[in-house]
Amino acid sequence: MTVPPAAEISTPADDAPVVVPSVDAAPETQAVAWRHRHLLDLDVVSWPEIELVMRTTDAMREVLERPIAKVPALRGRNVTILFYEASTRTRVSFEVAAKNLSADVVNIAAATSSVSKGESLVDTVRTVEALGAELLVIRHAVSGAPYLAAETFSGSVINGGDGWHAHPTQALLDLYTMRAHLPGGSVEGRKVVILGDVLHSRVARSNIWSLTAAGADLWLCGPATLLRGFEAWAGRGAAAGRRFHVTSSVDEALRDADVVMALRIQRERMASGLLPSLREYAARYGLSAARLALARPGALVMHPGPMNEGVEISPDVAAGTQSLITEQVTNGVAVRMALLYLLAGTRPGDAA
Amino acid sequence: MSGRHIMTAEEIRRATIRISHEIVEKQAGTSGLALVGIQRRGVPLARRIAASIAENESVDVPVGALDITFYRDDLSLVAQQPVVKGTDLPFDLNGSTIVLVDDVLYTGRTIRAAMDALVDFGRPQAIRLAVLVDRGHRELPIRADHVGKNVPTSREEIVRVHLAEIDDEDAVLIDRVEVREPEAEPVA
Repeated sequence: MTVPPAAEISTPADDAPVVVPSVDAAPETQAVAWRHRHLLDLDVVSWPEIELVMRTTDAMREVLERPIAKVPALRGRNVTILFYEASTRTRVSFEVAAKNLSADVVNIAAATSSVSKGESLVDTVRTVEALGAELLVIRHAVSGAPYLAAETFSGSVINGGDGWHAHPTQALLDLYTMRAHLPGGSVEGRKVVILGDVLHSRVARSNIWSLTAAGADLWLCGPATLLRGFEAWAGRGAAAGRRFHVTSSVDEALRDADVVMALRIQRERMASGLLPSLREYAARYGLSAARLALARPGALVMHPGPMNEGVEISPDVAAGTQSLITEQVTNGVAVRMALLYLLAGTRPGDAA
Repeated sequence: MSGRHIMTAEEIRRATIRISHEIVEKQAGTSGLALVGIQRRGVPLARRIAASIAENESVDVPVGALDITFYRDDLSLVAQQPVVKGTDLPFDLNGSTIVLVDDVLYTGRTIRAAMDALVDFGRPQAIRLAVLVDRGHRELPIRADHVGKNVPTSREEIVRVHLAEIDDEDAVLIDRVEVREPEAEPVA
């Protein structure tokens, strides 16, 4: 598999689509084409392409508000959802998104499939392809597993979360939600804080690509043990011209922040010795109303879910007026509809 | 791009007014009537027809906009993703008479998609079709109820409608296609 060079940092593209003459009913096309056959992570997705996803998501939001929130765009296409890890919102979100586009959906939970009999990932991918899968959404506990699947699969692979590595659809729905609520509809120059268990977070890693590409002033904050490796990354810069800071000081991170995203403490991935106790973590790094007061008035509160309320976020903040956590879930459906639609329109031979 | 004029601004204006009269005559009034323009150039045309009806009948007929992108049957055939312009139908379709408005009627596939989209919003009592130009070459059993101008064409020609709201001028032009990519062939 050839991996294109790291994301080109284009300046935020002018929104104006290229106007082609109305050739009878042939459609006016997007100035930017979606040319990725797979969506594995956002490092190879350019800023104009991310903006194309955002515009397509706007259209999908409009579809979701219709009396019948269903369009036939993917009628007869097979979307197979193969999850090797527990999930509620991401799996259901993909399923609802695919159904809203009239696709046929096949759900496979690894725990109840032949995977439990020892079938390899590659064999499983070959099998679902033989059963008609055209778009494959995969979640796996091992970082890189969707890349392996993409080498075998002849359709499109969407990464629904792999290990600590990437969760691109979550990062795109986070960006969409921020743009919908920030004045001016842009995160450019906004202070965005990702707070918590950064080390184990695929959500944080994918968000680094999209938020820095969007021109955000990105801060990662957590105990030093949960930021290992990120100082070096920030020191290099995610890429030229991107703003990216790492700190263990909650006060420094939260001061005048426009967006605060709390991350779940991933107990299932936590090696011993990284945290003294959950209680101490909550006291020192939990997003409480008092800490949130350091941010700008009306700062947006987000969480990719599922939440450990009382650990990384206090219940009153999670359910407070500044919280967009439920809207993130709704936008997740629209973003995944947009991505399924864009990927279904690609052809063999398009880049990964 | 040049091209031979087949309708001038004045002819477009007169055709629009005539269509507005025909619509009211066929409906025997304006009760239950609503216009739905197909994105993109059907929308300003629908507004012009509504303005003409308002002038003659002193009634404001509701106007909506319909984007058929997600109802197209050629997702994997178009070279690039179409621009989605948005759908806005600010009225109840149930029991109403909907006049679909588009600039050019060609294969009929756009109208097929538009009817599929409309019935997902409600159950109109009737759906009619008004177009500025009918250029023939239907691939589906669809015909227009109101036509601005019938223009015999060959498939190698392209008909372009320019409207002031979008293109800064009113004109209908016809061009001979030189060498075109097969994927640019209009399919919906």
